[in-house]
Amino acid sequence: MQTLPPLLAKPVDIAPLWLVERVARTIFAGVLRAHPDLFERLGDYRRSRYCFSPSDLPLHFTVVPERGTLSVSRRGAAPPAADARVEGPLVVLLALLEGRCDADALFFSRDLSVTGDMEAMLALRNALDDSAIDLPRELGALAGPFSPLVAGTARYIRTRALEGRDATWN
Amino acid sequence: MTETSKPALSLGPVYFLWDGPKWRDFYFRIADEAPVEHVTLGETVCSKRQHFSEPHIAEVVERLEAAGKRVTLSTLAMVTLERESRHVRDLIRDSAHPVEANDLSALGLVKGKPHSIGPLVNVYNAATARMLAARGADNICLPPELPAGSILQMLAAMPGFSFELFAFGRMPLAISARCAHARSKGLTKDNCQFICGEDPDGLPLRTLDRQSFLVLNGVQTMSNTCAVLVDDLAPLVEAGLSRVRLSPQDCDMVRVAALYRAVLDGEMDGREALAGLAEAYPGVPFSNGFLHQKEGAAWVSRGRNAAVAHG
Amino acid sequence: MELICPAGTPAAFREAVEAGADAVYCGFRDETNARNFPGLNFSREELRQSIGLARAKGVETFVALNTFMRAGDEALWYSAADDAVAIGADALILADFGLMAYVAEKYPAQRLHVSVQASASNADAIRFLVEVFGAKRVVLPRVLTVQDIARLTRQIDCEVEVFAFGGLCVMAEGRCSLSSYATGKSPNMNGVCSPASHVRYRQDGEALVSELGAYTINRFGPGEASGYPTLCKGRFEIGEVEGYAFEDPVSLDVIDQIDALRAAGVSALKIEGRQRGKAYVAEVVSSLRKALAAAPAERAALVARLRTMSEGQRTTAGAYDKRWR
Repeated sequence: MQTLPPLLAKPVDIAPLWLVERVARTIFAGVLRAHPDLFERLGDYRRSRYCFSPSDLPLHFTVVPERGTLSVSRRGAAPPAADARVEGPLVVLLALLEGRCDADALFFSRDLSVTGDMEAMLALRNALDDSAIDLPRELGALAGPFSPLVAGTARYIRTRALEGRDATWN
Repeated sequence: MTETSKPALSLGPVYFLWDGPKWRDFYFRIADEAPVEHVTLGETVCSKRQHFSEPHIAEVVERLEAAGKRVTLSTLAMVTLERESRHVRDLIRDSAHPVEANDLSALGLVKGKPHSIGPLVNVYNAATARMLAARGADNICLPPELPAGSILQMLAAMPGFSFELFAFGRMPLAISARCAHARSKGLTKDNCQFICGEDPDGLPLRTLDRQSFLVLNGVQTMSNTCAVLVDDLAPLVEAGLSRVRLSPQDCDMVRVAALYRAVLDGEMDGREALAGLAEAYPGVPFSNGFLHQKEGAAWVSRGRNAAVAHG
Repeated sequence: MELICPAGTPAAFREAVEAGADAVYCGFRDETNARNFPGLNFSREELRQSIGLARAKGVETFVALNTFMRAGDEALWYSAADDAVAIGADALILADFGLMAYVAEKYPAQRLHVSVQASASNADAIRFLVEVFGAKRVVLPRVLTVQDIARLTRQIDCEVEVFAFGGLCVMAEGRCSLSSYATGKSPNMNGVCSPASHVRYRQDGEALVSELGAYTINRFGPGEASGYPTLCKGRFEIGEVEGYAFEDPVSLDVIDQIDALRAAGVSALKIEGRQRGKAYVAEVVSSLRKALAAAPAERAALVARLRTMSEGQRTTAGAYDKRWR
């Protein structure tokens, strides 16, 4: 199972929560703006609260698509309230966001665990799968003049992180 | 208020493997004592079992007819082998009795011959029922899964046509090419040693939490609960339901039939009949969930029924 | 043999076309098809665009309307058939006799395929469907051996399509009420087996427990490959013994019998998986496309990787092999 290289995990570990949250919110808002089709496929589940817990980061990310809200909390105490939760290595969660991996396969292999409202979870999975989100591109778009550099670096990291995974879509 | 005619009681085929004499004696008693008008019989679940009942069919049919019952012969629920195809063709060609079609192969062959449609054929709507009626079906026993809403729709769409309801017995829920019953006893279908005969009322299957759930009957999977619609029949009868089917369990089916008859005749209250059924078929939970558009295993008592379905 | 590929979303549809499908099958986003999951399937407009894309690449589109019309709600199915025909579906995949009769009468020129859900498992059944509805192709239920199929194709005047890879119904398709017995949602009427609304996963110590409605379906130990929460692949207790009563969590794979299926007269191989992601569709379709062109000895290696994407990370030849019974 791929996990984050320590070089990447460490800075997130010590970064202040507000900074992580601000970066994540910016990306989330950018993705929602670029993919309005997500909402249509989500249907009523756009109002659901989803919690993503990267197993290799000490953080939970909680989002409500309709409101465009995202909050970050530290692991430990009680996990944040959510309708549906998914937990797995960060690269796997990001690959799912982009539809680069098949969620069922990751569930069968136990790389991914899901709890809560499975209808909400399926709706999100299917909506994301159809949305052709390309995180490096979205990141690049947010980076203004540094766009090519950011997108290129992100693509490189993604390629390395996904090595050996079933991520062969065209 | 218009007088509605009373529906007939019908006895479905024995889905389980009973040895020849047990099978024969069961029908002899039905002939002599049970207030049923229609009897459908013959191996339906597994072609390998046919030789158990076949030697007794002639005498059973004779006894039933002598008692005034109308006999229909059931066809196999699943036909995959040449031998099974041949059996269904021969039965339909040679039978002096009407047949009940329980798979698609029979549907094609029965055209122009007196026949009915069994509960294992997917009839979910009036368009399908009309098409089957146009090909000569004179009675359709609806699948146990149908909710009351669908049944009422079909009764309204085809007034005067004979619809039958699966109203007592463990429900046939699935059929497979693989024999889970044999498999559970370390055997395979092709070398099964007729092991399903050890469980004349089905082999119980429980969840990992020891919750009763299903029973195995050879290649067929049935509900652990016994469908009991005795207290749900009134609105359906009023809407024109013609027949009420009782599916044989390894219990006192004569008493079961008498209880259903008494309720249909207005001589007994449904609740009283339920108490009688619990004595006749002890230890098995009842269900009527499908009819109430709930999980099939559910039991909806009449008080709630009135509130939920007809309120 | 044609390769018939699944698509649950337009994105997966594009992947299937790119990866070498001869035809893609899909359904509308409602109860008219048997993969009625949240967020899955096609709007009318998405189907129109997808068919346009497929046509440009010489790929056909089959529309699955393969559930049974709920009495009183027939209009939903009729309008789905009307729209699929109007949009230009190359074939409709149907299971309900009432719907078949409607399509055969109203659109006699429309290609009608018999869904696996209709459970046409023998020559007499198929002749009936050809005679009454003009069926051009039948998708065979997964209850027949390769030998059974070979014998069958010789007796009928109808193309035969068989499942070659993906999810495996253990019960005869379209004739299973196990899921509705536990949940009240019917695969036949509502288009969903083991509906997500009734599925619950919970962690019980180290074990992952799956539940459907009020029933425990399975308990997976730490690291043990898991499967869908379907009853036919659940773990139960019979007598005092716990085990898989019907079948293990496992997927179908009959790639090593391609030649036998071709010799048996099979016209098309079908890949299951409209509920899967586009990554799965791309991988499976391209692997099978390569395998079809490859020498028999090379096929196993080409599809070996697919096993890791399968239920329980295992595959079986299922009923195609007589010993499975």
